[in-house]
Amino acid sequence: MASDTHALATVEHSPVGSLAHDTRGGISNPVLGMLLFITSEVMFFAGLFAAYFNVRAAAPQWPPVNPETGEAFHLAILPLVGPATVILILSSFTCQMAVWAIRRDDRVGFIRAIAVTFTIGVVFLLMQAADYILLAEEGITLSAGTFGTTYFTLTGFHGAHVFGGAIMLGVVLYRGMAGQFSARHHDAVEAASLYWHFVDVVWILLFSLLYLLPGK
Amino acid sequence: MATTALHPAAPTYRSTLYDWVTTTDHKKIGIMYVINSFLFFFLGGLLALGVRVELAQPGLQIVTDQTYNEVFTMHATFMIFLFVIPMLAGFGNYIVPLQIGAPDMAFPRINALSLWMLPLAGTLLILSFFTGGSAAAGWTSYSPLAQDRPLGAVGPGQDLWIVALTLIGTSSILGAVNFLATIFKMRAPGMTLFRMPIMVWTVLVTSVLVLMATPVITSALIMLFIDRNYGGSFFDPANGGDPILYQNVFWFYSHPAVYVMILPAMGMISEILPVFSRKPLFGYKAFVFATAGIGALGFSVWAHHMFTTGAVYLPFFSLMTFLIAVPTGVKMFNWIFTMWRGQLTFSTPLLYAVGFLSMFLIGGINGAFSASVPVDFAIHDTYWVVAHIHYVLFGGSVFGIMAGLFYWFPKMTGRMMNETLGKVQFVLMFIGFNLTFFPMHELGLAGMPRRIADYSSTAGWNDLNLAATVGGFLIAFSMLPLLWNIFISLRSGTPAGDDPWEANTLEWATSSPPPPYNFDRLPEIRSERPLFDARHGQQADH
Repeated sequence: MASDTHALATVEHSPVGSLAHDTRGGISNPVLGMLLFITSEVMFFAGLFAAYFNVRAAAPQWPPVNPETGEAFHLAILPLVGPATVILILSSFTCQMAVWAIRRDDRVGFIRAIAVTFTIGVVFLLMQAADYILLAEEGITLSAGTFGTTYFTLTGFHGAHVFGGAIMLGVVLYRGMAGQFSARHHDAVEAASLYWHFVDVVWILLFSLLYLLPGK
Repeated sequence: MATTALHPAAPTYRSTLYDWVTTTDHKKIGIMYVINSFLFFFLGGLLALGVRVELAQPGLQIVTDQTYNEVFTMHATFMIFLFVIPMLAGFGNYIVPLQIGAPDMAFPRINALSLWMLPLAGTLLILSFFTGGSAAAGWTSYSPLAQDRPLGAVGPGQDLWIVALTLIGTSSILGAVNFLATIFKMRAPGMTLFRMPIMVWTVLVTSVLVLMATPVITSALIMLFIDRNYGGSFFDPANGGDPILYQNVFWFYSHPAVYVMILPAMGMISEILPVFSRKPLFGYKAFVFATAGIGALGFSVWAHHMFTTGAVYLPFFSLMTFLIAVPTGVKMFNWIFTMWRGQLTFSTPLLYAVGFLSMFLIGGINGAFSASVPVDFAIHDTYWVVAHIHYVLFGGSVFGIMAGLFYWFPKMTGRMMNETLGKVQFVLMFIGFNLTFFPMHELGLAGMPRRIADYSSTAGWNDLNLAATVGGFLIAFSMLPLLWNIFISLRSGTPAGDDPWEANTLEWATSSPPPPYNFDRLPEIRSERPLFDARHGQQADH
């Protein structure tokens, strides 16, 4: 019994404080929580992807014909989507560099890399918004049949997740500049970077599906 | 054991209300989950009475067809999403950290967020009655019935329903993340996975189901919302969409949701049966594997709700559905042999647990009929199905919840509940339940379809419907002894002490109600029954 009492008595501020980190080592609670949350996000996108494959498989031709132009829908990789894809993938690397930097206690490098990642996230969103405007001019909208509905739902919810990720990165950047992270304490950085990698992977899948997969 | 050295930082004075609204204590949050769920249980129950009064005799007496659609839709919505699921999450919230010897959940503030999303969603649903009519497309809200078009769901009621369910789903997902992190990371020293109480195991498997399945219904709801409001065509065949897609995505969640609604109740009676039989649970590991098996198989059976659509592969989904009966049968075996030759004490918790066993058995057997494709073609969308789900969700989940309430009320409040009132309530509820739902088997076989407000007086369904209505009022009446029991027990119940049942698990090793952060010290944990070990001399010398 004595050892139990001792374990609790060493906690300084809050009785649950020490339990935020498992003293036996292993993954920390916030990082595990983020991984579990990402699992649920994967299933959310799985539902949307399933819908995409369902309507695509049922359609006689894909991409279907745009009733406004009489030609099949076409999604252009240039000028915006290709570069946006490249910079989003790059941002995963800068995000990971930030994590490695803070693990070394290199706060300056960490803040620099997070700032770059955050900026890329914002630029990606702006490019996506510009692309939506271009698409709308071509008659590709949310209400343009299953093609438009699935395209805008998938990319729109991805964009919403980029937005969420950018907010996380913004908070991490703010807290980093306030000096709240160190090699010992940076769970928020690890968790936010995991989320950012997830958002990046979803985009790679989406890009492959919507832009690279040949039609039928 | 009864006191603790741990207190939160020096308390400034705060009102009780402020304290409860802002709390992050898993016990207070758990109790608020339970209270909120009971409120919606009574609301859903009133709607059920509306259904039964309308169906008591042929003809339209009290509601129009449209109102009737709203009534049964909101009855199911309240009962499933705001009663059974959050009620079990509430018990899990209260019990799981205590049973694994943890001071709180892993993420206490997210825990509070999960709780407070529920009354918000409930408010939206209630408001929908005052904005031109609530959702009326059934709790399944199939397309095109739930689409914004003539003869569909015109008006904001359906949209409010979608938003409310998305909120509830988010609450469930965050809760599942919390439970899993708590169970994986916060167990006391010695509490290995295979020493965890069965209740914790069932919450673990339930949380995996919630985590993997709930986001999928969120995607379905969002697609429906886009179809309704932004001209989307996910489910619109005229534009290349597919209404069967909605059913697939919906049931991919809503079948596992059935296990979300029953597994924790199974966990509860698995805590209760050993205690009131004075024996360990028979086949602990088999029970754990059976629970995991039900969870895994639960993801491969969703399309048995869609046999008659002609759009699913019948042999596969029929086979998988029958397979579910195997782990469930293992559990029945566990429970029966736990009681076999035990020293049974027929206290109220045991009565409800045995009620669960017998009624859930019927619910399992009448469900297996529908797993057989040819039989399902005959009884699909009849009252047989209504009988089945109520034997599972009322006979199973609600009896389990009542068992859990009587079992853990002393821990939550420090007071025993009144045994006599409990037994009166059990008898009333048991008779009322069977009087309501057993005739529905016969009605289903006689061809009565579900979701109708009126029926022909010459169809031969009059007497059975009247019997079901009488039973419904008996169930409602059985709530009076419960409410009175809670009232007088809170006011002047017998003080419970730490461990009134001589139970096995860690929640009984602390005071009733437990202090903030739960434990001053823990007994040694060397089996799944640490308190039994401590009582009967197998404890280590210190």
